[in-house]
Parts: sequence; structure tokens; C-alpha cells
Amino acid sequence: MTITDPTPNSFRNQPDERGHFGQFGGRYVAETLMPLVLDLEREYRAAQQDPAFAAQFDDLLEHYVGRPSPLYYAERLTEEVRKNAPAGKGAQIWFKRDELNHTGAHKINNCIGQILLAIRMGKTRIIAETGAGQHGVATATVCARFGLPCFIYMGAKDIERQQPNVFRMRLLGAEVIPVTSGAGTLKDAMNEGLRDWVANVHDTFYIIGTAAGPHPYPELVRDFQSVIGKEARAQMLSRINRLPDLLVAAIGGGSNAIGLFHPFLDDKEVAMLGIEAAGHGLEKEHAASLAGGRPGVLHGNKTYLLQDDDGQIAEAHSISAGLDYPGIGPEHSWLKEIGRVRYDSVTDTEALAAFQLLCRTEGIIPALEPAHAIAAVEREAKKMNRDQIILANLCGRGDKDIFTVAEALGTSI
Amino acid sequence: MTRISAAFSKSHPALVAFITAGDGDTTANLDALVAGGADVIELGMPFTDPMADGPAIQEANIRSLNAGTKTTDIFALATAFRKRHPDTPLVLMGYANPMTIRGGDWFASECNKAGVDGVICVDIPPEEDPELGPALRNAGIDLIRLATPTTDATRLPTVLNGASGFLYYVSVAGITGLQVAAQTSIDEAVARLKVHTDLPIAVGFGVRTPEQAANIARVADGVVVGSAIVELVAEHGTSAAGPVRDYVASLKQVIVAARKV
Ligand SMILES: Cc1ncc(COP(=O)(O)O)c(C=O)c1O
Repeated sequence: MTITDPTPNSFRNQPDERGHFGQFGGRYVAETLMPLVLDLEREYRAAQQDPAFAAQFDDLLEHYVGRPSPLYYAERLTEEVRKNAPAGKGAQIWFKRDELNHTGAHKINNCIGQILLAIRMGKTRIIAETGAGQHGVATATVCARFGLPCFIYMGAKDIERQQPNVFRMRLLGAEVIPVTSGAGTLKDAMNEGLRDWVANVHDTFYIIGTAAGPHPYPELVRDFQSVIGKEARAQMLSRINRLPDLLVAAIGGGSNAIGLFHPFLDDKEVAMLGIEAAGHGLEKEHAASLAGGRPGVLHGNKTYLLQDDDGQIAEAHSISAGLDYPGIGPEHSWLKEIGRVRYDSVTDTEALAAFQLLCRTEGIIPALEPAHAIAAVEREAKKMNRDQIILANLCGRGDKDIFTVAEALGTSI
Repeated sequence: MTRISAAFSKSHPALVAFITAGDGDTTANLDALVAGGADVIELGMPFTDPMADGPAIQEANIRSLNAGTKTTDIFALATAFRKRHPDTPLVLMGYANPMTIRGGDWFASECNKAGVDGVICVDIPPEEDPELGPALRNAGIDLIRLATPTTDATRLPTVLNGASGFLYYVSVAGITGLQVAAQTSIDEAVARLKVHTDLPIAVGFGVRTPEQAANIARVADGVVVGSAIVELVAEHGTSAAGPVRDYVASLKQVIVAARKV
């Protein structure tokens, strides 16, 4: 691992009081929103000190979401990978099974936390952006659960490729608002979410779906998602009395990844790998902002972005709607720069192969997002010894993706 | 005296007019704004993701970018404008990323060379001032800050700290071009702001009719009009200069007549 000097005492005490992770993060919002993000920060600090808030969060995660999610040793996948690995190679593959959560992905962890904050703040109207629709479904779910009106901004292209989730959101009582500006994907939905918020400052709470946006969102989303890593760390210790050698997670905005990584950041022996979507390939259209972008300012934070020399934001591409975003949460930009986490990418084609591999070896249909992580796991496991352990975040199930996968495989259903 | 303070020292409130750079015939439209009587010109820098703008300016941004507008083109437009119009203040308005991508110092120095008088950056609040503020101040460019209906009295000093040129009061909590603020709320807001600052106060967002402009001109030091002009450019394409000039002149006439007592 290459950690540039000076190595911080802890990797777990970011951001600073201005919401900066090194040079990244911050609060780059219009003045109209600035008092709102300051309010949110104040309320979040109060909630952090309030045992009743933590108790309600934990209770809902246990009895409504179904936590803790299992930690699972994927024996047949491990065997399958070993068949193609050099002698003695082929690490053990374990999964944190957040696809078993209510609503089918990790997104609900964050939504529970944010809806409780919204209620604390007396907000009566909820908005959110969504790409794959998982965050939209999770937001619509908590809104139904707490009886709040819900408006979901979703790119027109994503509406098309994630029909089951659009219908789910409507069943849950949410209004899904199509966004046609730009390429009609997650970035454009986020622009519309911010426009709605600026026009409805008094009653509206914006539930951002990933560990990005203006401070304190990257921090609070990370904290709510850290339940993944906290559970996984305790489960590993109690099951096999050791920590994994490598953590792997897919990255759209980076919330499932930071949720898994953060509790392990100060465990020096644990390496970490974040996987961006390489789409058609890094030299073509992709969504790998760390690999193909550079630092800039978008959607309230400074972070790595796909952009041109003038700072115009590029359109991302990934077969996975949840990864199809030209930015990344600011903490990942920082973790990359200081070298604590390694980042790599996986193409559409590789993700599709991994998707099918998991279906056949383990009887688990993954979402296309974690399918990217699984492709990387396969790659990494072959380089590692058999007594080593990889833990990957299986952050979503694939029900929502079967139409996309069928089309990619040339089948009609 | 800077060009901006001179524009706000006239015997009438200032008309501040906005167009998007690279949308239509920008050179002709800039001249039309001056001919119609604009006292300050805001030239919008197009951005792919104009989060604070409504449909009219969003579409202008897209038209401009689709026409291939680059940041260097915008500085070329400004440089040429300054040669043709030595006295009319020119303010660049836009978003953080295009302004800071080559570093704040680069941007401030280009503004200086092009004869740009001030900069309004929508998404750099005072909390992120180091990103651009020091560079602009070093280069002698006014950093024009925004106050909004959500900026309360406790926050206002933070907004004013480091602001210069004028204070832009965004009269509605919302995006550009859609809603119109109630005149009484504008009157109250301007009175409230005046207690805290000697900077001229220009009021904008949603202003389109001469009547609205006149009402604002009775209480404020300036009236900002944007989307309504941008819509004329959308409607008339490369031959928008005439309609833009006439529309601006109609606003100017009532603003001059509305000189507060
Ligand atoms: C299952 C799943 N995984 C991952 C993501 C990507 O988001 P993040 O990087 O914030 O985890 C999404 C987003 O929609 C998702 O639905």
C-alpha cells in the first residue's frame, strides 16, 4: 500500500469542521440552500448526541429492514474461481448480504437515518433523486412508513431501463418525476432535486442517496451506511476470529463502499478496493471518475469528476444505472489521494459475466452494481493465497435488472 | 471610482441585464443591451449543470455549449466588448467548476486582462470563499455576493464579508425565471439589507414586466432582468438584437421614471 506522508493518526476522523476531506468535499451550494445545509448539520450533531435517535434508528434497522444482514462464505464461487487460478491461489470469497435488506439494497439504511432527521426537523415533504431506482424505492418506502409525501426525480433514460422500480415507487405512493435534461440519468435527476429543494426550502427535506453532495451529506450518509462495515467487522471476528485481507465494493457515488470500508479504515492489515464502472472501456464511454476524471465542483462538493478542460461535466456511461454518474463521493477522492484505498474499474461486459457467474454458482441474482464488485473479486482472488479472505459488499439484488440483462444477452422476456 | 460604482451612482437606479455567452449573436446582443440602456451587464458563462437556473437559462446554456462555446471564447467576447464600450461594467456570472477548473488565480487574471469588472459565482457561498474570493480581490475584481430570502440577519454579515461591487438580492427562493416575488416582501428585504450594508442592492429573479421593474426601482438601487431577455434570444436566434434593444429600452424608461423620492 502506498500511503503518502504524512500519514494521519486515523483515517476515520474526516471531514474537518468545514466538511472538507483534505481538499475535497465542502459546501458548494447556492446561498438559498446554505442556511438549510447549516441547519441540517446542526440537527445532525444534535441527533448524534441523542440516544433516542440511535435507539430508533437501530430498532428500525432490526425490525423493519431486517438487520443484521448475514455474512456469507461463497464456497462454490470460491471453488469456481480456484479452477482458473494458479496453484495455491484463490482467496476465500465472503459476502456481506445487504441485498437481503427490505427493498433489496443497502440504500434503505441511509433512508431510515435521513427520514428520522427529516421528522426531527419538522419537514413535511420529501424529495430524492434516483438512478437505478433503488434509492427511490427506499425513499418511497420510508415515506410510506412515516406517512410523508414523496417526490422522486429520475432521469428519463433510467425510467426506461428500471421499469420495475418505477412501478414499485408508484405503488408505494411516490410521485416519480421524469427528468429529460442532459442525458436523462442520475446527474440530471440530482440537478432537478436541487432545483426543487431551492424552491421549497421551508417544508422540504432532500434525502440524498449517496455519500456525496454538500456537507454534511457525505458524512451522515457514510455514518448511516457504516452499519454495514460495523456488522461485517464484528461478524468476521466472531465467525473466524480474524479480519478480512481485502474489502471490495462497487462505487456509484460511493455509499455502499464507504459504509463497508469506514469501520475498517484504521485496521492496517485490511486492504480495500473500490470498483468504478468502466462502461464500454476506459478509453471509451464510462463512469469511472477517479480513473478518468480530475477534481472539480459539482452538486455541492469538490471531488473527482468526468469533465473537459473547461470544467464542463461529461456524460457517464454504465450498463448499471446505479453507477452511471460522472462524480464520486468526496471521501473516496480523499482516500484515493492519500492512498488508503485502491480503486480500479470493471466494464459492462465483465460485470455481466460476473452477474451470471454468481447466479449459477451461489443461487444469488445480484444487482448489476455489485456485479461489478464481483468481477473484481474474481480478478483479485486469483492473485491471492487460498488462506486469504476477500469480503465483498453484495449491496443489492438483481430483480430490478433482469430486463436489462436479458436485453444485453439478446433474450426477450 | 470603479465602473460598477459609477453605474450605481447615476441619478436613476441601475438596470442590470443578463444574457448567456455564446447563445445567439452575443456580440450584437451585448451591443443591443448597451443601446437599450443597460447600466450593468451580466454575461452568463454556460455550464452543463446549471442547478440554480430554470428552463429558459438552462436551454440557453445548452444552446451555447452545443454551439461549441469555450471559456476562451467568453474572455474574447469580454475583451472585445471592453474595447467597444469602455464605460459599461461587465460582470461574469456562472458556476464554480468552469470558474475554478484552472485555479482561481488563472480565472481572476483572465478577468482582469479582459476588462471584466465583477464575478458572481452561484455555488461558491462565503464558506468556500478561499476557492475564488482571494484571487478576485487580489486582481481587483469585485466579488458580487447573493443574498436570498433564506439569508437571515445573523447570516448576513457572513455574506457581506468580502463582498464588493453590489449585493444581488435574489428575491425568490427558487430557480431563475419562474416565480415572482411579492412586492411587499421585496420592499421589506431591501430595507432590511440596507441596515447592514452601504453596497448598492440590485434585486432580481423573475422580473419581466416594466411594471415589476418600476416597482423594484422605487426601493432598490438596481433591477436585474435575465430570463426574459434570454427568452427573446431563444425566440429570435441570431437576429435578436433589435427585440432585445427595444425590450431593454422599455424597462429602462420606467426605471428612470421610477426614481425614488
Ligand atoms: C444496488 C446498488 N448498489 C450500488 C449503487 C451505487 O451507489 P453507491 O455507490 O452510493 O453505493 C446503487 C445505486 O443505485 C445500487 O442500487
